[in-house]
Amino acid sequence: MLEIKLCCYLMSVVMSVSQPNLEDIELQLLLEGIYQYYGFDFRNYAVSSLKRRIRKILHAEELATISELQARILHDPDCLKRFLLGITVNVTSMFRDPSFFLAFRQKVIPLLRTYPYIRIWHAGCSEGQEVYSMAILLQEEGLYNRCRIYATDANEIVLQKAKSGIYPLGLMQQYTQLYLQAGGKQSFSEYYTAAYDSAIFRTTLRENIVFSQHNLATDRSFNEFNIILCRNVLIYFDSVLQQRVHQLFHESLCTFGILALGRQESLRLSPFANRYEDLDKREKIYRRLD
Amino acid sequence: MESRLVVVGASLGGMAALKVLLQELAPAFTFPIAIVQHRHKDSANQIIEFLQRSTSLIVKEVEDKDQIASGYVYLAPADYHLLIEADHFALSTDDPVFYARPSIDVLFESAADVYRERTIGIILTGANQDGAAGAAAVKACGGVVMVQDPATAQSPVMPEAAIARTSVDEILSLPEIAARLNRLC
Ligand SMILES: C[S@@+](CC[C@H](N)C(=O)[O-])C[C@H]1O[C@@H](n2cnc3c(N)ncnc32)[C@H](O)[C@@H]1O
Repeated sequence: MLEIKLCCYLMSVVMSVSQPNLEDIELQLLLEGIYQYYGFDFRNYAVSSLKRRIRKILHAEELATISELQARILHDPDCLKRFLLGITVNVTSMFRDPSFFLAFRQKVIPLLRTYPYIRIWHAGCSEGQEVYSMAILLQEEGLYNRCRIYATDANEIVLQKAKSGIYPLGLMQQYTQLYLQAGGKQSFSEYYTAAYDSAIFRTTLRENIVFSQHNLATDRSFNEFNIILCRNVLIYFDSVLQQRVHQLFHESLCTFGILALGRQESLRLSPFANRYEDLDKREKIYRRLD
Repeated sequence: MESRLVVVGASLGGMAALKVLLQELAPAFTFPIAIVQHRHKDSANQIIEFLQRSTSLIVKEVEDKDQIASGYVYLAPADYHLLIEADHFALSTDDPVFYARPSIDVLFESAADVYRERTIGIILTGANQDGAAGAAAVKACGGVVMVQDPATAQSPVMPEAAIARTSVDEILSLPEIAARLNRLC
């Protein structure tokens, strides 16, 4: 009797000390299952925000545990679609961080003037607002005709929206403010036509943009670029995946190519940090050296 | 990961409250402190300088993957949620919670997830409900929650919401919260 009690006690001590959290185990199994069966690789995403979004998905699916979600996702491709839309953060804006676009105008544009042809990659473009912002900026600086912009995202549904170039009209007031703060030179309303509740952006902005699916966790480099922008995407990756992506970017940039990261991101943890110089430290604009 | 982690949520009136709290902390205070102060998207870095003037600990606005280290006071950047990983911070631009990004609930819930009973949550003055769910999450994991006495807060709504939502450990004035922290450390 005493032995049993002791044994139970020891079990509980062992469970509480060395047992990893059950939710963490379920999460790893879910991500592994999705990767093996569907090929989408979320295994190296930052856990804290993944968990938050998975709890939201559990709530929406009316499920109690991640294991139940795993069963549903593996047996029901429609559930996978909902999962893919809910698991990544797609929040974006035109001229997000206007000071970044201002710095781009002042410090990057002069460097580009000497280039006959400019290839730009927006990695993780979400619904495209960042890409159209760049297209507007390049048009105003008279460089757009020389540019080819590749805009990629892992998520097909946000890419569809990006291709359409149609956004809620209600956002335009806020976008106009940001456009002006970013050093906009025209009237912002010239860039879209209003139809019912929508703002449809001018097709001339889209002429030199190619939208396509590309997954930073699993796909390879597909071209050589003068500029790579990857803003507010790396924050969702752990440091292992960040290093992979930094390698990919380094491989994909030509000498003196420009890399632009998000406001709270940096090259600090990149194995290639010493291969870049700061073009604007505050705005996270770097230039490849060798 | 033996250390405890102090997470602080403040909103309306928070700057003055944080100043008092930091001033009263012992210079050798060793637990890392992470703060969400609600603020405007474009609010500049003056807030770091302002807080730095009240403490000898190092005040830093968090960048992605910053280590959680002793001797630091970390501030959530404007327009990003601040989250906790095993030994470092993470950021997210996920939707605002109660119109707030950074959100106190997001910080507290993820701190409780990782630091569990070693989480110390502190709710200060504010005019909304953010932080109440977070305080409950800290309690559910066995952590400690202290709330600024609503009678001493510039805006009592946020402390009151936390007190209504969960059985908090202490309801104290700012100097008393600081004294209690100094003793825990
Ligand atoms: C917060 S948005 C950033 C949008 C824009 N760059 C900005 O700063 O406003 C993050 C985007 O990264 C995309 N993303 C997440 N994981 C990805 C991956 N493995 N490969 C490519 N894109 C990814 C998401 O689908 C989402 O659209």
